[in-house]
Amino acid sequence: MSITASIHAAEIPATEAAQPLAKARTGITGLDEVTFGGLPAGRPTLICGGPGCGKTLLATTFLVNGAVMFNEPGVFMSFEESGDDLIQNVASLGYDLGALVARKKIAIDFVRVERSEIEESGEYDLEGLFVRLDFAIKTVGAKRVVLDTLEVLFAGLGDTQILRAEIRRLFAWLKERHVSAIITAEQGAGTLTRFGIEEYVSDCVMLLDNRVSNQITTRRLRVVKYRGSAHGTNEYPFLIDAQGVSVLPVTSAGLAHSASDVVISTGIPGLNQMLGAGGFYTGTSILVSGTAGTGKTSLAAHFVESVCARGERCLYFAFEESPAQIIRNMRSIGLDLQPRVDAGLLRFEAARPSLFGLEMHLARMYREIEEFAPAAAVLDPISALRGETGDVHSMLLRVVDLLKSRGITAFLTDLLSVEGMDKADAGMSSLMDTWLSLVQLESNGERNRGIYVLKSRGMNHSNQIREYQLTSQGVKLVDAYLGSGGVLTGSARIAQEMVDAAAAVRRAQDNERKHRDIERKRAALERQIAELRAELESEEEEARKSLQHDEELEKRLKAERHAMAIQRGGTAS
Amino acid sequence: MIQMINAAMQESPLPGGHYNLRLYVAGQTPKSITALANLKMICEEHLAGRYQIEVIDLLEHPQLAAGDQIVAVPTLVRRLPEPLKRIIGNLSNMERVLVGLDLRPVTAP
Repeated sequence: MSITASIHAAEIPATEAAQPLAKARTGITGLDEVTFGGLPAGRPTLICGGPGCGKTLLATTFLVNGAVMFNEPGVFMSFEESGDDLIQNVASLGYDLGALVARKKIAIDFVRVERSEIEESGEYDLEGLFVRLDFAIKTVGAKRVVLDTLEVLFAGLGDTQILRAEIRRLFAWLKERHVSAIITAEQGAGTLTRFGIEEYVSDCVMLLDNRVSNQITTRRLRVVKYRGSAHGTNEYPFLIDAQGVSVLPVTSAGLAHSASDVVISTGIPGLNQMLGAGGFYTGTSILVSGTAGTGKTSLAAHFVESVCARGERCLYFAFEESPAQIIRNMRSIGLDLQPRVDAGLLRFEAARPSLFGLEMHLARMYREIEEFAPAAAVLDPISALRGETGDVHSMLLRVVDLLKSRGITAFLTDLLSVEGMDKADAGMSSLMDTWLSLVQLESNGERNRGIYVLKSRGMNHSNQIREYQLTSQGVKLVDAYLGSGGVLTGSARIAQEMVDAAAAVRRAQDNERKHRDIERKRAALERQIAELRAELESEEEEARKSLQHDEELEKRLKAERHAMAIQRGGTAS
Repeated sequence: MIQMINAAMQESPLPGGHYNLRLYVAGQTPKSITALANLKMICEEHLAGRYQIEVIDLLEHPQLAAGDQIVAVPTLVRRLPEPLKRIIGNLSNMERVLVGLDLRPVTAP
């Protein structure tokens, strides 16, 4: 299935029926994805829905985008609003219809059919309408046509048989001219349109809806049928605001996103150590859960600072605090995010969760992400998003999918009720790659903050509960004291540390004493050795003296014997 | 083709004033031919001497269709006297035409 949209639909001869269906791009974010390229080119499309669901604005966007983005002029045939009213109404979307009319890119023809002014007498047809449409198409060279709302004719003219025949002829006529047409119609009770004109438009039918649930309205769009083309079959939320119409496709259901080996710092050295890889992998999803006042936003701010320090963009969705409040509060822990905002690296998007429904939040976030193309996104906190558990889960799933498919690191905070983690278990854990849990450790009449890594896919992380402190220099992890009674925190830890210190002093003193004893012993022994040596020396001296004495005695005896021999007259032998 | 059919404009105006009528058609279709014939007959009968009929063929002058808010053809527009009135169809139902032109009060059925 080719999703290439042809912008030259009118040039394609009818004989090329075997070609893939040519499409006219709407230029509306998301809608072209849902329809795999746009509306059928050269064919009529029916857009139906209740009052105020955005039919006219969607159709106008189709025309304006055609004229501005795809060089396809268009004709707007309005049955409900005058040209001036229409120009004024769409000015709120940022469309300058008046200028486009002046430049002959768009022609507006207001067809007013007032029953009270019309008397019917005999047979007629709607050739007048055809003539006007034909004239307008030729005037601007239109490739696109909007008829808004054709069914007004049913109220203005009495002969429905003629009307039906003429409307059927009109659609055939539009097809012959190869204009991509949008026909809007009011939704009827139990039927797509009040007067059943869907039976004449067989190519593409879209249904718009504006549902109220829990006092919050959400606009939704569904492609009911699209002959000759695949299309998304779900209901897709769409947005109408100052930036025009955008549709949020939820087609990214696949799990084909690539995995990154790049690690991004948490912004907290101690926490980096706890995560085996030295931080989070980029493009993964990180959940920080904790009860009130555990410092979830502070952790998020550290991460934001870390992202911005790499020169990458970060988008911060704040659901409970205003940007100014967050920036002020983070200054108290020594983080100034304002320069990052000024540098265009950090953008805050703050909105009360109750401002719109979940789908609208999703659509808004989708658009912001598309526009800002951040490296990381923070959602603070996801618990603020109200709705059915299933709805919240499916929305978060889609946010995470969206971010993952674009390789954006997702940092989500979740406020837990004091009772525990019941809410976080609403299927969130399996979505998250890294889950940091912040806990309040209560003992000895004080609360201390502890952090542990509940899980972190793809890395060998610490199993410890570490105490951390919110200081004026940011979040600091304190070395854990692991004693027999478990992890000690706060004053208990300090007390234990004092006990430890005292014991250490004692041990040091013991050692010193032992050293001294040995020294003493060594000195005594050495003294003894010296005495023995002196004794030995004196004995040796005596022995030597006695030996000398003996030798002298021997010498004297020998001399005496010689003298006696001389006296006896002989010679000495 | 813009055909002007003037009928004795110089005659003194009768009660109801002068009638300025425009018949919009799209080509010489049986419907438009019938409509013009019916219109002439009615005018001669009820407005003799104080009417003017302009026939506008939209195939030749498509730009005129928007001005008088023409959707259906044939459409007969009574431009004068005020207020503006439109009668669509081939004018075969004479009663409705007379009601539409304010030439006969609406009779209760």
